[in-house]
Amino acid sequence: MNETRFRIYREDWSLHRQGQMDQERHMERIREAIRANLAEVVSDESLIASDGQKVVRLPIKALKEYRFRLDWQKQNRVGEGGGAVREGDALGTASGAAGQGAGDGPPGEEVGEEWFETGFTVEDLDEILFADLALPHLEPKRQPDLTAESHEWRDVRPQGLQSNIDKKRTLMEAIKRNRLAGRPALAGISRKDLRFRTWDVARTPQASAVLIFMMDTSGSMGPAEKYVARSLCFWMVRFLRTRYENVRLHFIAHTTEAREVSEEAFFTKGEAGGTRCSSAYEYALQLIDRQYPPDLFNLYAFHFSDGDNLLSDNPRAIALMRQLLERCSLVGYGQIETQPQYLAMPYYQPNTLLSLFQQEIDHPRFVTAQIRDRSEVYAALRAFFHPGHREKGAG
Amino acid sequence: MAVVRRQPVSDQDLERLARAIEEIVGHARAMGLDFFEMRYEICPPDVLYTFGAYGMPTRFSHWSFGKAYHLLKSQADLGITRIYELVINADPCHAFLLESNSLLENMMVAAHVLAHADFFKNNWRFRETNRQMIHAMSAFAERVRQYERRVGRERVERFLDAGLAVAEQVDPFPSTRPDPRRDLPRFLLDHASGLEEWQRDILSSLREEALYFRPQMETKILNEGWASLWHARIMRHLDLTPAESLEFARLHAAVLAPHPFQLNPYRLGYHLLESIEARYGRDALFEARTVETDLSLVRNHLTPELCEELGLYVYAKQGGRWQVQDTGWEAVRDALVRQLENCGLPYIYAEDDNYQRRGELYLRHGYDGVELDVTHLHQALRHVHHIWGRPVHLETVCDGRRTLYTCDGENVESRAL
Repeated sequence: MNETRFRIYREDWSLHRQGQMDQERHMERIREAIRANLAEVVSDESLIASDGQKVVRLPIKALKEYRFRLDWQKQNRVGEGGGAVREGDALGTASGAAGQGAGDGPPGEEVGEEWFETGFTVEDLDEILFADLALPHLEPKRQPDLTAESHEWRDVRPQGLQSNIDKKRTLMEAIKRNRLAGRPALAGISRKDLRFRTWDVARTPQASAVLIFMMDTSGSMGPAEKYVARSLCFWMVRFLRTRYENVRLHFIAHTTEAREVSEEAFFTKGEAGGTRCSSAYEYALQLIDRQYPPDLFNLYAFHFSDGDNLLSDNPRAIALMRQLLERCSLVGYGQIETQPQYLAMPYYQPNTLLSLFQQEIDHPRFVTAQIRDRSEVYAALRAFFHPGHREKGAG
Repeated sequence: MAVVRRQPVSDQDLERLARAIEEIVGHARAMGLDFFEMRYEICPPDVLYTFGAYGMPTRFSHWSFGKAYHLLKSQADLGITRIYELVINADPCHAFLLESNSLLENMMVAAHVLAHADFFKNNWRFRETNRQMIHAMSAFAERVRQYERRVGRERVERFLDAGLAVAEQVDPFPSTRPDPRRDLPRFLLDHASGLEEWQRDILSSLREEALYFRPQMETKILNEGWASLWHARIMRHLDLTPAESLEFARLHAAVLAPHPFQLNPYRLGYHLLESIEARYGRDALFEARTVETDLSLVRNHLTPELCEELGLYVYAKQGGRWQVQDTGWEAVRDALVRQLENCGLPYIYAEDDNYQRRGELYLRHGYDGVELDVTHLHQALRHVHHIWGRPVHLETVCDGRRTLYTCDGENVESRAL
């Protein structure tokens, strides 16, 4: 056995991070794809129905490596191991089969993609969705009662998490050490050379925010309208929660009378009868005056309706809306018009609240949005929370 | 099965492994295996997943490798799959063993990769592969980094996306019976007029890489079958404790277990080779290793008995369900041959570089009964257009009708011919 023609090596792979780096690039491309499809993502039903912890399935088109491919679905394939298999036996549904293998061929082909779809959480979405949104008219309040935390990467230390290795600094350390030892080369990286990036927690004073959602729950607000309102509120709440540690929510349902309801009832219960918006505005004003002095809280009020209000109530509604604007950082009005008759003439409805508000109220803190179908939810969200939100309406 | 994270290999373990490998190498040589000098590296799982995803220790960076890495790693974390080893066709032959493997696992893997090295050295399809490809690929990776610095990462990535989309359409026999229409990357290099130098380098390097990997795609069943057959025989020659023997029996059975819906190449290859030796003797076994590919192996050696023993069947999609179509051995053989033909890739012929005298590219799919995936087709044409720079056409058959797809850069339109 003198010609032992093999060797065993064990190298230091601790700095080998190409896989992770390209993985990050892949995730970045997923985000780009999502960004390109935000309108779809935002109105995704499964998402809204979730509690925020559920993983999200998203239509991601950019992640396949496209090549000239045969259509496996239209080809006969060979399977194995079915001793008892007979002609005509079913092997399971096509989608069930797709979860089985991991290689090529028909069942395995979709696996990678599906996996990445489900790997995405609502938190990941927040980051993308809210990246360029900001709270308008944010003012420092006299008594900041809470603080917001942020992580700032600004320190490098000899200990830390393996995933936070600072490659460049580590190499510099190694070179430095070698040079001190009289070896002007990069010869081996020792444990002592490792440098890790680490973060500081920065606490900045933040006032708490109060959100008052108001919705017309009269008969004309059907399930489709409520769904749209719900998905918009879902994102608005999530957005505010990313900006404030403490967000207080109030839900006011109104027909001709207003009352405070639970979040669940707000989005599900429907009632019959007419509509008097002023009742909700009045309720909101009382709530604010009783509990939330505007110099201590950032107040946000949003009203959703289908645009139909008792004509006799309009002057009072406008007057109260002006009072709300004196107290709130932002007041939003979203008019949800998913009925087919509105789709026929989408831009001008002379008798709706939207046109009334647009004629009567010109206030920097007042934002309106017209939402005709689910795809406009995202535009409405941006109308409410985009820094340059002076654009009137989102429709 | 629970995932057990073992301690990294100690120096003592390493020494035992070295002694075991020495013995394994001796047995392998005595049994007639003829391999390159071996370079075994023990590495942590993450590193092995990286090599598995990239197919090489150092290769250019691309998001698709990151995706593959992520997938491998997650499947391993979940216990769905586990990579035990990776072996690179090179001289000396590089084999990577997982540090978290047990000693016995690493012994089996060491034997397994010796047979792979023998296969790389002796199978005819590997005769012309570049055994120094490790260096070529790592040099290319460095050039890609330079291009990224020079022209920007986005542009390089966009071109890599396009290049990777066509690189597979390489002519696997460029030196023996080259067909200029059959080598799409070569055709583009020869005829695309607007390519910058860095783009030409990327396309031609991707083509070289595709040519290097091609024989491995063509011999998956044969090569894995060969390695499984020899790891089993070598391990039986070792003096294992009863516990080790049991562990080995379990591992070996897992390697050769049938997969639902798809073929386990280890299993099919192992049994095909065993049956060749049983019928024609040891010389025939070694000859099969030298002269066959998966396609010819199945065509020449799949017998009715094997077909039944392995429980092979033909299945297809009927409505929303996968349904067994046929269990007859000829039907199975023919379906399998068709599945392996051209590594399961469609034939795309570059017919004309000046279509309608407007410098447009005309491609034709060599349709033989299986249609193209239309979603892929649309995006792939956009990729070709990115390289070609002018409208690109592809003639194929869609829903039974001859159809021409045309990509003008933005849109892809189709019309019946």
